[in-house]
Amino acid sequence: MSIFVNKETKVIVQGITGREGQFHTRQCVSYGTNVVAGSTPGKGGQEMDGIPVFNTVHQGVEATGANCSLIFVPPAFAADAILEAVDAGVDVVVAITEGIPILDMMRVKNYMQNKPVQLIGPNCPGITTPGECKVGIMPGNIHIPGGPIGVISRSGTLTYEVVDQLTKQGIGQTTCLGIGGDPVNGTNFIDCLQAFEHDTETKGIVMVGEIGGDAEERAAEYVQKSVSKPVVGFIAGLTAPPGRRMGHAGAIISGKSGTAQGKIEAMRASGIHVCEDLGTLGHFCKEVFPV
Amino acid sequence: MKIHEYQAKELFANQQIPIPEGSMVTSVDQAVDVADTLGGYPVVVKAQIHAGGRGKGGGVKLAKSKEEVHEAASSILGMNLVTHQTGPQGQPVKKLLVEQCLDIAHEMYMSVIPDRASANVVIMASMAGGVDIEEVAEKTPEKIIKVAVDPMLGIQAYHCRQVAFGLDLPAEARKECMALVSNVYKLLMAHDCSLVEINPLVLTTDNRLLALDAKINFDDNALFRHKDILNYRDVDEEDPLEVEASKYGLNYIKMDGNVGNMVNGAGLAMATMDIIKKAGAEPANFLDVGGGASAEMVENGFRIILGDPNVKGIFINIFGGILRCDVLAQGVVQAAAKVGLNVPVVVRMEGTNVEQGRQILAESGLDLRTAKDLADAAQQVAALVN
Repeated sequence: MSIFVNKETKVIVQGITGREGQFHTRQCVSYGTNVVAGSTPGKGGQEMDGIPVFNTVHQGVEATGANCSLIFVPPAFAADAILEAVDAGVDVVVAITEGIPILDMMRVKNYMQNKPVQLIGPNCPGITTPGECKVGIMPGNIHIPGGPIGVISRSGTLTYEVVDQLTKQGIGQTTCLGIGGDPVNGTNFIDCLQAFEHDTETKGIVMVGEIGGDAEERAAEYVQKSVSKPVVGFIAGLTAPPGRRMGHAGAIISGKSGTAQGKIEAMRASGIHVCEDLGTLGHFCKEVFPV
Repeated sequence: MKIHEYQAKELFANQQIPIPEGSMVTSVDQAVDVADTLGGYPVVVKAQIHAGGRGKGGGVKLAKSKEEVHEAASSILGMNLVTHQTGPQGQPVKKLLVEQCLDIAHEMYMSVIPDRASANVVIMASMAGGVDIEEVAEKTPEKIIKVAVDPMLGIQAYHCRQVAFGLDLPAEARKECMALVSNVYKLLMAHDCSLVEINPLVLTTDNRLLALDAKINFDDNALFRHKDILNYRDVDEEDPLEVEASKYGLNYIKMDGNVGNMVNGAGLAMATMDIIKKAGAEPANFLDVGGGASAEMVENGFRIILGDPNVKGIFINIFGGILRCDVLAQGVVQAAAKVGLNVPVVVRMEGTNVEQGRQILAESGLDLRTAKDLADAAQQVAALVN
């Protein structure tokens, strides 16, 4: 079992003929992901490593039955690409692109409301169900298939670090996903917590947050009310100065809100096992999770 | 991106948002000349720096005569203005705004932001203006009016009425207020602002509404479609090393510690700063060289970090994954030799061919120490500087 993607997932890559698109499509395919189509406007009819390229997502979905889109489109055109994928009727959209204007994402978010589609990202590393499929840019070899732990994070390389530490402790994963570092994103912590709670194979959850906004605080409330499985939490940015954007567009302490300390306190109060030292997170998980 | 008050007021004027009459000047003589054209004294002389809290720091002065304008402008221009936002080192004042002084009946507050949690544009207004709005929000939340606008729908008359009636304005000023709310919203949408703030928004004794102060921040991710706004950038207001880093496409923020660090990815970079602190040292910076990290990025990163004289040691933390560590290690060695590295470096890397990468570092003859994991790296880093 897993959440959002599995071995049945059929992927269409938007921006498949670009440098990033080509490189990561090959990485996904070699991991075992079923990439059935690509799209690049004006390059319909071509092939990339035998994968058919279409002019529009609609054409690709119609011809191949793709049900998940992976987006490598530059920021100026990425909001349009997400809307195109949603409109073409896929179930999951994974947007890797970093740097989409917030007003563009606000329109996307409002348009998507009540539509049966899961947007992961933008500004995220994607999603991996180890041993089944990888839809994104994360290194596949750091995972162990078969669970029992689910990983959710707002970050990219920090997610790899966490997954790597789990793996080095011999702890496998059901699904690992980055929900993105932007202030307005699709799938949030709560969506993932809910999905992991319902996934029978997942026995515990690691949740990696960072400064900015109040997504972690709201997730903590949800954990207290609705999650029966043990949750380990980590928050990056204890040393971040207020008012500065720490790389991610969404990582900023505004006034008194969005601090790491506030998030850690909220998580602790909700019964989440908070680890404050990233160097020992793997060990920490081994002690918390019954594996 | 931040801009000056006088630039924000220029954008206000273009959007029909009323502002007091005035001009930006860069010399005392200009200040005196401008003051004379404003239709009488007193006038206000305001320091133009990006940081807030200018009044408390002595950067805003009332002048009742030509002589007083001369005096005020001479004392503010060139001063090192220290406010709660500049840090103790302060910010030199190079520009002034000289403005007419209004007969104020009441000071209010208004701001518009894209709200990340609701994905709506939120208009905030309050009867209590001219003060720290966060304090108002905390102590007397009932004094704050919040109106959410769905960006797909856009601003409607009823949104504007909610603000105008909420502020309890005299009937004569209500229509003006509605127009102002609508124009502030349109300004935000037209220029991809991440904040438009008027504090205070004033009601004059003759029932006119004007923006006495103006603050606009822009969404950096949207600047590609606002070349005109880029002209407003004032690099004098930014840290020189941060300006240099932005030329290389590096995400660098200067801090006060002495352990430089270079990391791929923003989340891991923040966590790395935290690890340094936890180990008993202080981070000198935040530096994200991007998810990929190339030899060229590492070289530029070294240059930026070494530009800070406080740095006593450097911690490189790269989680490559797909990246090959032997290639990265070669890049680090080349970059270190090229920039004339003069401080010890602890390197922690993870990815393909990590053993080969460590060997390359060990055999380089440079002071490059490898760490086997994060915990080990943290201890080595602390030992470097303590």
